[in-house]
Amino acid sequence: MANNTATAQAKGFAPEYDEELLKRERKANSAWSKLRRNKTAMVGLVIVVVMILLAVCAPLYTQITGFQFNKIDPVHGYLEPGTVVNEGEMAHILGTDKLGRDLLCRLLYGARTSLIVAFGGTIVAGLIGALLGLIAGFFGGWVDSLIMRIMDGMLSFPFILLAIILMTVLGSGLFNVILAIGIGSVPNFARVLRGEVIIVKNAEYCNAARVLGVSNARMLFTHILPNAISPLIVYATLGIAGAIISEAALSFLGLGITEPTPSWGQILYSGKDVMSNHPIISTVSGIFILVTVLGFNLLGDGIRDVMDPKMKK
Amino acid sequence: MSEHVLSVKDLKTYFHTATGIAKAVDGVSFTLDAGKTMGIVGESGSGKSVTATSIMRLLPQNGKIMGGEIDFDGVDMMKLSKKQLVALRGNEIAMIFQDPMTSLDPVFKVGNQMVEMICAHQNVTKEAARAMAIEALGRVGIPNPEKRMDAYPYELSGGMCQRVIIAMAICSHPKIIIADEPTTALDVTVQARVLELLRELQRNLNTGILLITHNLGVVWEMCDDVMVMYAGQTVEKAETKELYAEPLHPYTWGLLDSIPRLSDESKGMLTTIPGVPPDLRLTGECCNFCNRCRYAQDICRTSVPPLVEVKPNHFVACHLQNGTNKLERIITREVETEQTNREAE
Amino acid sequence: MVNQVLKTILKRVLQAIPTLLIVVTFTFILTRMIPGNPAQTILGPQATAESIAAMETKLGLDQPKWVQYIDYVLSVLQGDFGTSYSYDQPVTELIAQRIPATLQITIIGLLIAIIIGVCIGIFSALKQYSAGDYIFMVLALVGVSMPIFWLGLMMVKYLAVDLGWFPVSGRGDGSFGDLVYHMVLPCLCLATIPTATFARITRSSMLESIHADSIKALRARGIKEKAIIWKHALKNALPPIVTVLGLQIAGCFTGAILTESIFSWPGMGTLIVKAITNRDYMLIQGAVLFFAIVFIVVNLVVDLVYMIINPRVSYEGGSK
Repeated sequence: MANNTATAQAKGFAPEYDEELLKRERKANSAWSKLRRNKTAMVGLVIVVVMILLAVCAPLYTQITGFQFNKIDPVHGYLEPGTVVNEGEMAHILGTDKLGRDLLCRLLYGARTSLIVAFGGTIVAGLIGALLGLIAGFFGGWVDSLIMRIMDGMLSFPFILLAIILMTVLGSGLFNVILAIGIGSVPNFARVLRGEVIIVKNAEYCNAARVLGVSNARMLFTHILPNAISPLIVYATLGIAGAIISEAALSFLGLGITEPTPSWGQILYSGKDVMSNHPIISTVSGIFILVTVLGFNLLGDGIRDVMDPKMKK
Repeated sequence: MSEHVLSVKDLKTYFHTATGIAKAVDGVSFTLDAGKTMGIVGESGSGKSVTATSIMRLLPQNGKIMGGEIDFDGVDMMKLSKKQLVALRGNEIAMIFQDPMTSLDPVFKVGNQMVEMICAHQNVTKEAARAMAIEALGRVGIPNPEKRMDAYPYELSGGMCQRVIIAMAICSHPKIIIADEPTTALDVTVQARVLELLRELQRNLNTGILLITHNLGVVWEMCDDVMVMYAGQTVEKAETKELYAEPLHPYTWGLLDSIPRLSDESKGMLTTIPGVPPDLRLTGECCNFCNRCRYAQDICRTSVPPLVEVKPNHFVACHLQNGTNKLERIITREVETEQTNREAE
Repeated sequence: MVNQVLKTILKRVLQAIPTLLIVVTFTFILTRMIPGNPAQTILGPQATAESIAAMETKLGLDQPKWVQYIDYVLSVLQGDFGTSYSYDQPVTELIAQRIPATLQITIIGLLIAIIIGVCIGIFSALKQYSAGDYIFMVLALVGVSMPIFWLGLMMVKYLAVDLGWFPVSGRGDGSFGDLVYHMVLPCLCLATIPTATFARITRSSMLESIHADSIKALRARGIKEKAIIWKHALKNALPPIVTVLGLQIAGCFTGAILTESIFSWPGMGTLIVKAITNRDYMLIQGAVLFFAIVFIVVNLVVDLVYMIINPRVSYEGGSK
């Protein structure tokens, strides 16, 4: 009968050649490869990884230099960058703070605190918010109205005021900061996820599944959840960026992380009254915050561009 | 002064993508005369819409005209400046798109947009433009035109939007109208009315119409000449009556056969052309249709068939049909159809 | 269409009432949970038990909680936000005293941000992938990544103290020129992050708008490019920008709270921070409630503006 493609010698029509093109396409279109092509996202990833490494390797710094983040030296107090205290010891690269503690050491340990708060708060917000959003979006009706009304109420407060009040109620400390930032960020996640659930819920294929008799829970997990995950990841990454700033803001008001635990915000706070004579304390801690937040923002933007370029910024 | 209003010679438009260059239009030629209608027929991806956008020079960023000549009323369009192009668009060349709802700006009233367009091309006052717009709306058969001027596009139906766009087009008495699937998004009854409207306009204004469609019924009704495109190239070109009476290219046969007929005696499956169109990044080495053509020979897979005038004003691009290796086609075609019918029973 | 607008206003106002009630309740519960006894704080550590008890009665703190709640809600409805313990003035009076200063820098800062931010965004969208676009977007990203209070500190230190270009603190001696001179740094500081945000959202919204089908059709009709960009594309790009505007108003107020103390600017920010330290329930409640009401009103106005510029929205009965 007809001569088919198997015997076609023409370049464009050999099935093997088609396969190769398909493979190339699939590879080019995979999420990771798209992310890698996005240069700004890669820069963000590098920054984030570097900061996490710095935080993780903080004890290494102590090992090398012998400086500790909580060893007080009131005799010497503020020292200029580059000062050597004792013969044979390393110089204080960034100087010391009011209590004679090496600034760089405190910044490295502060990285741990700030990052833990940021990740912790975002995870708390993400879990609670996602759950609320899923419930609200899926069940609709009065459940949806109730939950969304509460979320709207929470969103009527500027985030910082809400966090401030929560902190004054809970008291300061690492765990409370995580809780305050987490609770304050819940409405955003809830809204996003509810929106996604509603979109997916009304999409054609969900109706098809329902017609086929798939149970509610199964539909939730196999259909709705995977689709809602992409914006969740984007907002989580951007949320971490925001959380770092929120922690800094709370500590700046004296409410967040307090002495002796170092965090970037706490260090900024400790340096704000001595800006004339010792500007380096607040300046450098702020730069650390800026760079890290920039990294997360770049990464979040990049992930968003890869996962769904149509997502509203 | 050339005899054709629009003359396209060997147009090549390529799209540069991350994974290769897609040859959307690969050497297409045709002419359009005043008062006549030329149809371009093909499936999705055949390059017919890109041909239209190339003429208007409205290609997206990664699309480039790589070669060919576009001659409009004696003017070489490739040499025009941006300013000259803008003056030409909507004025002497009008274009109608497939989706009438998205062809109007949703945040401005219809009247506002019509006045804007009229004032862009003619030196009239806003009031005069408004009067012209209302008159044009009336001419295209929109009831209560004055009230419609203050409506937003979303308040109108698809058919009415398309008429508004046609009204805007005729305000400037264009020499040609390029209609890219103007009725695809509309109901069948509305379709008929819009087509009737276009025919009437052609009669009154002696406009040339370039009609792009995938609907062979529309072609039969509206077009004096027709060009069949496949994978970016012309496969057959002739007067409509001639094409339907004596189609020469196997792809054209496939298209015509795939139209279900009321009088069909066979109660079998619908006829389709097996296979899929080639990837536009890989075309250009041989006949683009050879992997789906039941008559394909070795020559088809190794060299590109040229477009040859086999009969007066009837062109075909097929190795087996251009006189060198004539197929017993009509008989074969009828035999095939019968065979298919018998197989289906 | 006017009917639609009125109906929506009414609907939104009615929707806002339960939200407000929730806000009041939230504030009440939360402020009551703050540890510490306000009576104690006011009287100081030397106070005797009797005087504390007397103060508690005076402040109404000895009543059961739900009575306090009802009292509060009722007085709020009458416009009485209570009396501040630490300042011994009605809360509304305190707010009225302080709010002009905050409004000055917030409104000016926001205006600067909108004008400059939107212009940068349009430029970036038109010249996509150019060097200018790249630079602006990098700067914008840096802008949204910095803590505003850090920026304030840097500005005061390097521009005011070191270079002496601007005054270090305060609001000036009362003359208009001096006021403006003192306003420059706080306004610029407050404006920075919103400018960056507006630039980014304008750019992305304009890009989407420019690539829409209706723009292609407009070009096919021969409309001049200038009109296409500044009349059609821009108007279509407005809705997300307006939404962001609503959010940025909230953001500007928060920024004011955090940075007023750096510039020694006597506004709401310093008031609230002091209130928290003093456990001044009434003042905290009043200020927070005031902010919440402002935001609800602002959001309502934003919704209305959104409806006006995007007629399709009112037809479909609601935004977002």
